[in-house]
Amino acid sequence: MSDWPLWEVFIRSQHGLAHKHVGSLHAPDAEMAMKNARDVYTRRNEGVSIWVVRSSDITASSPGEKEPLFEPANSKVYRHPTFYELPEEVKNL
Amino acid sequence: MHGDKALFEYLLRLGDNCLILSQRLSEWCGHGPVVEEDIAVTNVALDLLGQARFWLSYAGEIEGRGRDEDQLAFLREAGEFRNALLVEQPNGHYGDTMARQFYFDAWHHLALQKLRDSKDPRIAEIAGKALKEVTYHLERSTDWIIRLGDGTEESHLRIQSALDDLWVYTGELFEMDTLDEEMLERGIGADFAALRRPWLQHVEKTFSEATVNVPRGEWMQRGGKRGLHTEKLGYLLAEMQFLQRAYPGAQW
Repeated sequence: MSDWPLWEVFIRSQHGLAHKHVGSLHAPDAEMAMKNARDVYTRRNEGVSIWVVRSSDITASSPGEKEPLFEPANSKVYRHPTFYELPEEVKNL
Repeated sequence: MHGDKALFEYLLRLGDNCLILSQRLSEWCGHGPVVEEDIAVTNVALDLLGQARFWLSYAGEIEGRGRDEDQLAFLREAGEFRNALLVEQPNGHYGDTMARQFYFDAWHHLALQKLRDSKDPRIAEIAGKALKEVTYHLERSTDWIIRLGDGTEESHLRIQSALDDLWVYTGELFEMDTLDEEMLERGIGADFAALRRPWLQHVEKTFSEATVNVPRGEWMQRGGKRGLHTEKLGYLLAEMQFLQRAYPGAQW
């Protein structure tokens, strides 16, 4: 069973919210990954929807590229929506 | 309803099936073949324990002698247990456990559908709640039978032999004795004999997908629901009941 591939698990905790990464698990295929995800990650009523994705199918940014990727955004405070007042009626922005 | 002995016995049968199988499955806790499966199988154990609590609490109320779920679970002798022989069979390897689970789940799923229509509102309510959990149990154990049967040469041989070995314990699930007949007539119980055909259909469909053979033996072991058990139940109870026997009334 050590040759079972790794899967990343994403759970949506309630309608209207996005799926959120909660962890990973081993399973031989997608169907079982789904069942295992249900058993491992939704035991305490955490979810209304589950996604499983093979970890090997995820393309991740490299930690070595941290500076060129993220540093430039650091010095651009004007990109944050903090320079104007939000009307009261606008929620969850 | 006070002191309805037939109903009390009937509830013990329903509750003891859940309790004893739950205890068996919980023996896997920390020993599962992989951590995901360890958690999954003990989830099933917890579901069944929850169901056992409902059945046995109600049994205690019906008996009307002040015994609660704990006393019924921990202070009865082997001969007073009314579970089917199937559920007390030892875990063996994981295939053995899944074979036992599959046979039971397939029956349990059908039985609860009938009991959901019981004239006794409490039984109908418990069955309806349990049915949701058992629908998932059956999906899981069916999946395992197919995977192991249609897996490697080794897993195929081992699941076939597990299914063959446990076959003799399946007949009892569909037996209708005088108590079952009485409960059926009163509109409280289910016609277990009528469940055999749909059960077999599910078994045959699953086995054909799993490329394993349906065992052909006709002779069946019986006695569990009358309190005649295999010697294995005694060992199970010794472990399950140890604490309450050694320290009566202990709580934590």
